[in-house]
Amino acid sequence: MSAAERDQDRASSRNGWLLSTPALIVLTLFAVGPLLIVAVYSFLTPGKYGNVEWALSFEGWRSILYTKDIFDDTYGLADANLTIFWRSLKLSMLTTLTTFAVGFPTAWFIATRPPKARPLWLFLITIPFWTNLLIRTYAMNEVLRTEGLMNTVLMKLGAISSPIQVMYTDTAVFIGMTYVYLPLMVLPLFAAIDRFDMRLLEAGYDLYASRLQVLRRIILPIVKPGIIAGSILVFVPSLGAYVTPRVLGGGKQMMIGNFIDLQFGQGRNWPLGASLSLTLLVIVTIALLVYVKYANKESAHG
Amino acid sequence: MTQANAIEARNVIKAFGQGASLVKALDDVSVQINQGEFFTLLGPSGCGKTTLLRLIAGFEMPTDGLILLEGADITYLPPNKRPVNTVFQSYALFPHLTVAQNIGFGLQMQGRPKAEVDKTVAEMLALVKLEALASRKTSQLSGGQQQRVALARALAPKPKVLLLDEPLSALDLKLRKEMQVELKRLQLETGITFIFVTHDQEEALTMSDRIGVMSAGKLQQVGTPKEIYTRPVNRFVASFIGETNFLTAETEAGGARLASGDFIAIAGMAAAGQVTLTLRPEQLSIVDPAAAGAIAATVTSLVYFGTDTHVNMTLRDGSEVIARLQSPASGDAGLLAGQAVGIAISPGAAQIVED
Repeated sequence: MSAAERDQDRASSRNGWLLSTPALIVLTLFAVGPLLIVAVYSFLTPGKYGNVEWALSFEGWRSILYTKDIFDDTYGLADANLTIFWRSLKLSMLTTLTTFAVGFPTAWFIATRPPKARPLWLFLITIPFWTNLLIRTYAMNEVLRTEGLMNTVLMKLGAISSPIQVMYTDTAVFIGMTYVYLPLMVLPLFAAIDRFDMRLLEAGYDLYASRLQVLRRIILPIVKPGIIAGSILVFVPSLGAYVTPRVLGGGKQMMIGNFIDLQFGQGRNWPLGASLSLTLLVIVTIALLVYVKYANKESAHG
Repeated sequence: MTQANAIEARNVIKAFGQGASLVKALDDVSVQINQGEFFTLLGPSGCGKTTLLRLIAGFEMPTDGLILLEGADITYLPPNKRPVNTVFQSYALFPHLTVAQNIGFGLQMQGRPKAEVDKTVAEMLALVKLEALASRKTSQLSGGQQQRVALARALAPKPKVLLLDEPLSALDLKLRKEMQVELKRLQLETGITFIFVTHDQEEALTMSDRIGVMSAGKLQQVGTPKEIYTRPVNRFVASFIGETNFLTAETEAGGARLASGDFIAIAGMAAAGQVTLTLRPEQLSIVDPAAAGAIAATVTSLVYFGTDTHVNMTLRDGSEVIARLQSPASGDAGLLAGQAVGIAISPGAAQIVED
């Protein structure tokens, strides 16, 4: 490479940087900036009526896991917090698995329709997005509540003699989240299955694979990018879900999102809220890293 | 029974659609394919040859009729239960697996022990000369290499019959010629019965032990390449395999009289009314118009093809005839458009075909 060419290369990469500055500024202002503020607040002292006092404190971070005994000032594990973390994690994983179990056949069904019919099916999948999340969640309330649709139908059919109490339990939150996040699983799965070469199925059967083996050894490995994308799209918002557990879980069955909200509202403990937010961020990041690494390792071994 | 046929199709009918839109892709096809044979199904697209192959593979079930494998009825056996493997036109290699994993897939699915799988994969890699690429992903291979992997994958489980669905159609001419030789070698080395589907008549002639010519869902003729080429049973077979001239003639004792009035001697011929004759262009030679038995013709044009020259001529009644002459060293056939010539026909070259 001549010196002139090298100069030109350097100039073009400099221009590249210049061109991306607007995007970088926006990112700094609206993503990195707020995150820094949250980080700073997590190390401050809570104010009496909310807000913070500018005095360094690690109490916010400590009270994520430990709680101070009000009598002897000793620290013990905060069981209530751990329950909330565990519930969030459990419900998010259950939701991800269930949306996959329901979403995969759905996506397969759509991808195997004639090309002309596919847009209609995809359109039907996206219809729920037109309605506000809160309203959809209240609609779910109508279905699940004691005098609601589900119990009325089951009673009329004689399947149960008295209404089942589903509302304000983990089950209600789980059902609600599965309903809300299902399209987010179906769409990336559809995109992956749509690209899948159906002729490979015949090749599989031809080479002595049973239907189950074709699914496990050919279809699933090839559409894996769609499975990963769908799982991330469902798992991440599930973990931070706020509206669904609030409406369907009532005040008691809190998830991390509600717990954070509580700190900024009634709890008047902004540093704890801030540290909880960052903890959620870290949990999500770790979960994603582990998941993606595990998924890639699987493919490397075939 | 001394030796059962590798594959037998018995009165197979395959219909698609219903009522008025019913289409018979296969219309009462019966064929017997011998053990260890290189059998080619030849025909234009839409003639039903691929449908017959898919019925043998088990991807589709016939509307009526039977498919037998070594005498046993396999008509309704699912593809994963048939000791038959396919080389697909699109290759259909598994993109998430390496070359070696692709080749070993069938053996793994059969539940063979790992040592055996590894050993057979190594053998197959050697057979198709791809040892160096064993751990590559299939997307990193060229078309010819993918073709070899598809072959090795289908041969690895040692099927009783290997089905090849136009496997060479995606390759360029030079590679296609190489693969033709390669396929023939593999068939001889493995001794497996090959059923090869193609629309390329040259491919069929050069590779096959026997050819089944198909058209409009029916098997028109089954025979060795020589039989098919020299004694086609009907107009379709004669015109689909190679180039030919058709002339209508009236049969007489010892020959046939053309519409032009000229007489062609055919041994053993008796008067039987009007027939269609087929004459291969390379069986015609140009002679002096005054020579005994020569058919009078006028040269209309000459087309130079390098190895040979096509001479387009008209007979006295205006019917057109093409002769193919080997080009002389100078390249000049010594003929001119408009020249009056005589045509001599090699003995036995004139064949009567059904319309």
